Amino acid sequence: MIAFLVTAGAAFLMYLILTAGSGTIGFWSLSELVMGVLLAILTGLIARNFLCRSKSFRLLDPRRLLLLLVYVPGPFFVELTKANLDVAYRVITMKIRPGIVRVHSGLKTDLGIFMLANSITLTPGTLSVGIDEETNDLFIHNINIGEGDEKREVIESTELFGLVNLPAWIRRIAE
Amino acid sequence: MTAVEILIYACLAIGVVFNTLGVIGLLRFPDLYTRMHATTKATTFGSIFTSLAVIVFGLSMFFSQNDSQYLTLAIHAFLAAACLAFTNAVSAHAIARAAHRSGIKPMLAVVDRLEEAKL
Repeated sequence: MIAFLVTAGAAFLMYLILTAGSGTIGFWSLSELVMGVLLAILTGLIARNFLCRSKSFRLLDPRRLLLLLVYVPGPFFVELTKANLDVAYRVITMKIRPGIVRVHSGLKTDLGIFMLANSITLTPGTLSVGIDEETNDLFIHNINIGEGDEKREVIESTELFGLVNLPAWIRRIAE
Repeated sequence: MTAVEILIYACLAIGVVFNTLGVIGLLRFPDLYTRMHATTKATTFGSIFTSLAVIVFGLSMFFSQNDSQYLTLAIHAFLAAACLAFTNAVSAHAIARAAHRSGIKPMLAVVDRLEEAKL
């Protein structure tokens, strides 16, 4: 039941965002609102077991959602900017020293691993290639491995980020 | 030129520069994995800024003319940028993993822990 309500609510919210500006009730017309409710119920019935597969509703906590909204334009965007300046530098100078390293994530849930892998792909010099599902370790293709790092078995995930501690943010949001 | 126009042109310039760097990286880097670095990061960042230019344009027109079609334009551009950032990262991971599983070795690599782990 909760899964159905969450899925239908999310679908209705997305419909409202896409049709904003269509009429006079708030920003919406009556026909769009009615159609939105019907489609949201239909979507909730079909997709509830896909959106809420893990049966955990941690992200319904408003504090976590607020943190997520701060995380994306804040610390994440800082690292994204740094990543792009780094890639721009390497495209021009071709100073690369690539390799695949094992990174210890320290996260336990699927959502946390998912967010960390996505954040890693868009942050400096790194691209997630594989996941060890037993230990939740990530395999990262790093475009410029530091001297001596290729001899170490495991690298901590916090070492990948220079300016902001992204794994700690993700732990607060997802776990 | 007004301040808003300068902001729009600045966003467009940043976006186009980084998209161009992504394309140059795609041509210059030696193998699939390093090319994925250039294409995912640079094109995501560049496209976010071109979308930001559309958002700024839409919002400025909405507040000056009070016509709701510009609000729709801004919101749709924002959603497109968000979906692009999300799917770029996921598809980059999918392509890199598929390539490694089908036996493409990273060129010039100093270490390959995934090969040793045999997953």
